[in-house]
Amino acid sequence: MSSTIIEIQSLSKKYKDADFFSVDDLSLSVKKGEIFGLLGPNGAGKTTLISMLCGLIKPTSGSFTIDGLSYKNDAKAIKKIIGVVPQEYALYPTLTAYENLMYFGSMYGLKGKDLKQRINDSLDFLGLLKFADKQIETFSGGMKRRVNLIAGLLHEPAVLFLDEPTVGVDVQSRNVIIEYLKQINQRGTTIIYTSHHLAEAQDLCSTIAIIDTGKVIIKGAPEEIIEVTKNAHSLEDVFLSLTGNELRDE
Amino acid sequence: MNKLLISIYKEMLLLKRDMGGLVILFIMPLCLVITITLIQDSTFKTATQSKIPILLVDNDKGEVSKMVQKNLAGNDSFSVITQSNGKNIDEAFAKEKVFDGDYQLAIIIPEGLSSGLKTKVEENVAKIMEGLGATDSVTAAKPQKITPKEVRLYFDPASQTAFKTAVKSTVDKMISQIETKSIYDAFSEQLGEESTAAFKQESYISFKEIVPMFDNKEQVPNSTQHNVPAWTLFAMFFIVVPLSINLVKEKNQGTQVRLRTNPVSYATVIGGKTVTYLIICMLQFFLMLATGMFIFPKIGLPILELNGTFFMMSLVALFSGLAAIGFGILLGTVAKTQEQSAPFGATSVVILAAVGGVWVPVFAMPEIMQYVAKASPMNWGLEAFYDVLLRNNSIAEVWPLLLALFLFFIGMIGLSIIYDEKKRAI
Repeated sequence: MSSTIIEIQSLSKKYKDADFFSVDDLSLSVKKGEIFGLLGPNGAGKTTLISMLCGLIKPTSGSFTIDGLSYKNDAKAIKKIIGVVPQEYALYPTLTAYENLMYFGSMYGLKGKDLKQRINDSLDFLGLLKFADKQIETFSGGMKRRVNLIAGLLHEPAVLFLDEPTVGVDVQSRNVIIEYLKQINQRGTTIIYTSHHLAEAQDLCSTIAIIDTGKVIIKGAPEEIIEVTKNAHSLEDVFLSLTGNELRDE
Repeated sequence: MNKLLISIYKEMLLLKRDMGGLVILFIMPLCLVITITLIQDSTFKTATQSKIPILLVDNDKGEVSKMVQKNLAGNDSFSVITQSNGKNIDEAFAKEKVFDGDYQLAIIIPEGLSSGLKTKVEENVAKIMEGLGATDSVTAAKPQKITPKEVRLYFDPASQTAFKTAVKSTVDKMISQIETKSIYDAFSEQLGEESTAAFKQESYISFKEIVPMFDNKEQVPNSTQHNVPAWTLFAMFFIVVPLSINLVKEKNQGTQVRLRTNPVSYATVIGGKTVTYLIICMLQFFLMLATGMFIFPKIGLPILELNGTFFMMSLVALFSGLAAIGFGILLGTVAKTQEQSAPFGATSVVILAAVGGVWVPVFAMPEIMQYVAKASPMNWGLEAFYDVLLRNNSIAEVWPLLLALFLFFIGMIGLSIIYDEKKRAI
């Protein structure tokens, strides 16, 4: 847990026709093996930051490296070591869970028995093995979230980006997902995670950064930032203290 | 290669799961080509077998009107009606019936047409004979004042221009023949009985259509030879709609986001779609050929004769399919919703077909549209099909059109990639 795996330097993003920066001169480092929680109100810049780190959109200025690699020179190498679990169910509804996972696993170069074994193990762990041959469109929200998670993890990435992985799921599904994330973290995967569930983040993350208006306003271990914030007893207290009570409509 | 094969397999699965969509992809083109060929074939038969009733108002009651009636009665296209409820019809009645759409056409023969024509011709012949010294100038008749006559035609306002043009041409030809015969008769009268044997009134000049030879056999193009390639091409271009919807769905489902973060090139993703949809296009093409060859004869339509052009026809279909797929990929890349891609795709295919000469031949279009037609990939595909099937041209003559179709595909894919890159830089 010592070396840095993600290094972000003065990263900014201003969308076309926008009159403000969604990510504003942001610098950050993530250590290898961390579960890094990226928290913030709606419109704070979390998804924009993750989208840039995943190579989905290009920064306006600044730079970052993932495991010492940059998209400019090593896009394909970065894509091999990262896993992405987007907020929406990024799955083909008319394909079965197994077919979806076979397809996305193959796109990472996995094949044969190894791929099948990984799919079966993951489905089994997340309680979906008996639904493997059912089409995704017949799944509940929680089941879709779990398949969505597996699709980003089959290749055992060094860095996993999770954009609100437990939104809209029941407590049981959430517990299974959190347990699974802890297990893959123990196997060495660094996790970058965004969520509005502050208690969940407090429980899961080793480091937390709260961002607002595109800037990091505090960063540290959950217990540290609770301690340094006046009158705070939980992460939610810290959050409200730093970002205010005003509604944030995106 | 493995990623491409898996991508093709995935696209095939997606199509297989949408069985309704898949059936439409094959059944609708079949319905289209059968319906259009039946309509065009029956239109042809209407002109040759079933007769169009026309009204004839005979105000002349002379030799000319008798000859017009005889000619019209002998024409396979028309049946002549001169009476209604036992009474001869007049111009007002005919006009009303035609303008109400009860009849397509009425022909009004003016009063005194026969006598006027006879007098006019006789005067002219007499003048010529006098000039040749064949008659005594003293005996020549004194010229009379003859008013030019007009045969009036009334058309149903809904009649199409092509029909009107064909009728006018037929009537014009008939009048010319009557005039010619009158001149011959007048000369015969002037020269006496013995000389008339010298006048042979049959046409000296005739025409014969020379058609291309396939294996030393003449092949006369029929409605099937025209319709199957044209409507197959039209149907193949409709692949634009499901393909663009497929791409839009990937954007909306989020699967495109996942694919972008995967170590797979955009070329592989597009390649999977291109191969899959090209297979669909080719299957559509083979199905249409099979329909033309085996089903058409069973429903009374002319058979599609390929005359050994199967390979070349397939090659044209392949490149046409690529052009259609390129267009579909660009549309799917640019469109944000299915509501944008589906109507735009369908309408633009219809426009490309219209401009490309699928409905109206390019040579019959206004000059400006003829230039526009040359920019339509559907025109390149159609010309290539006709070159191969009807003009018996070889690859050496068709390759520029195939190259144009391929470059169109490359251009569309290039534009899609550029657009996609620009969108990601937002």
